[in-house]
Amino acid sequence: MAQPLSYLKESPSQTAGPYVHIGLAPGDAGFDIYATELGRDIAGPNAAGARITVTGTVTDGTGAPVKDVLIEVWQANAAGIYPGTGPDAAKVEQGFRGWGRVVPDFDTGQFRFNTVKPGPVMGRNARPMAPHLNLWLVARGLNIGLNTRMYFGDEPAANAADPVLNLIEQAHRRATLIARAEGSTYHFDICLQGDAETVFFDV
Amino acid sequence: MIATDLYQRDRTWHPPALTPDYKTSVARAPRLPLLSLQTSASELTGPTFGHTDIAALDNDLIRNYAHGGDPIGERIIVHGRVLDENARPVPNTLVEIWQANAGGRYRHKKDSYLAPIDPNFGGCGRTLTDANGFYSFRTVKPGAYPWRNWVNNWRPAHIHVSVFGTAFAQRLITQMYFEGDPLIAKCPIVQTIPDPRAIDQLVAALDMNASVPLDAIAYKFDIVLRGTRSTYFENRPEGN
Repeated sequence: MAQPLSYLKESPSQTAGPYVHIGLAPGDAGFDIYATELGRDIAGPNAAGARITVTGTVTDGTGAPVKDVLIEVWQANAAGIYPGTGPDAAKVEQGFRGWGRVVPDFDTGQFRFNTVKPGPVMGRNARPMAPHLNLWLVARGLNIGLNTRMYFGDEPAANAADPVLNLIEQAHRRATLIARAEGSTYHFDICLQGDAETVFFDV
Repeated sequence: MIATDLYQRDRTWHPPALTPDYKTSVARAPRLPLLSLQTSASELTGPTFGHTDIAALDNDLIRNYAHGGDPIGERIIVHGRVLDENARPVPNTLVEIWQANAGGRYRHKKDSYLAPIDPNFGGCGRTLTDANGFYSFRTVKPGAYPWRNWVNNWRPAHIHVSVFGTAFAQRLITQMYFEGDPLIAKCPIVQTIPDPRAIDQLVAALDMNASVPLDAIAYKFDIVLRGTRSTYFENRPEGN
C-alpha cells in the first residue's frame, strides 16, 4: 500500500432547481428582501469602452426556450484586465465588477443585459485571446453548471487567431460561440442540445 | 492573487449531465462532450465581494423577512467551513443559500404547491466566510415537497447553496441535505450523483455542540471547492 493522498474531494454539484431566483435574484422570484441584489450592474458607471447590449435565448433539445435559466457573466474590462481576484485588479475602474447575473423574461425566455465590450486578454503561452465574455449557466435539469464563452461577431481577425476557438476540432462549431453584431447589440443564442449545440467547456 | 492552476474537476464524482431518472435533464443535457481547456486568466480570476455588499441580517433567515413575527418551523443553525481540496480555508468568499419554508413551499411566483407561504419567511440568505473560512446561517428547517418527475416524487429537505471561491472555475451550486432523512435515498436528483461517498458529502451532520440550548439546533456542513495546484516545475522566473 502506498501512502494515502490526503486531498479532499470537491463538493459534488447539484442542480440549481426551478427556484434559483429566490436565492440569487429574489426580485425576479417576486419579493424584495435585500437592500442590494448582486450582479445587476456588470460594468458600473466609470467603465471605459463601448457600451453594449447582449440578448438571446437559451433553448433545450426540443427547441423550447429555457425560461428558468440563470446566467452569470464574467469578463475583463475594455483594457483586457480582470477585476476581483485578477493580478492587475487594482488597475480596473472603480465600480467595474466584471460579473453579473442575468435572468430571462419568464414568458419568452429572452435574456438581455448591458455591459461594456471587453478587451483582449492574454491567454496561455503569451497568446492573446479574442475579446470574450465567460458565461456560466445553471437551471433546473442542469446537474452541474455549464461554462461557455461568447465572442464578438465584429472581431473576425481576433476570433480567427483565438487559441480557445482554435481548439474546437469541428471548425463549424466555432460559430456557436460567436455573437452576431448589430450596431452595439450582440445576439447570442445558446443551444443546450441538438444540431446547433453550443460548445461547452470543462474549465 | 491569481491561482497558478486548479485541480482538474473530477467529472466522475459530480453528476453527469444526462441522468434520465431526473427527467428535465434529458432535453437539457448537451449530447456532445465538453471541451477541456487549460485554464487562463478567464477561468482563474473571479469576482470579489465585501461587507458593503451585504447587510447585517442577511445570514439570519429567521429575521431577514420577518414582518412582525417569527417564521414557523424548527429553528436551526447551519454552519461550517469553505475549504479547498488542499484543506485550506477559503476566506471572504460569498456563500448564498435559498430554501423552502417549513411546509416545503417556496416564496416564488412559480411555486403553486398547496402548502402555505409563511408571512415571516423569505427563504434566502447570504454571508461572507471569515478569515478562516467559517460561515453560519440561522434559519428554519425546510420541509420536503412534491415535484412533477414521477408522479409521486418528493424532494428531501434541502437547502440550496451557492459558493464562489477565488476563481470563476471554482463556481459551484449544490444542495445540502439533512442527516437521517429517508427521502435522500429515493430522490432522483440526489441519485444523479454516482458515488455514494459523494452523496454523503452533501449530508449535513446534526451538531449538538453548536446547538443553542433552548433556542436552536445545529447542523454542520463543510463545502469543498477545487484546489489550487502548486507548480513545482514550470518556466516561470519567479519560481513557486
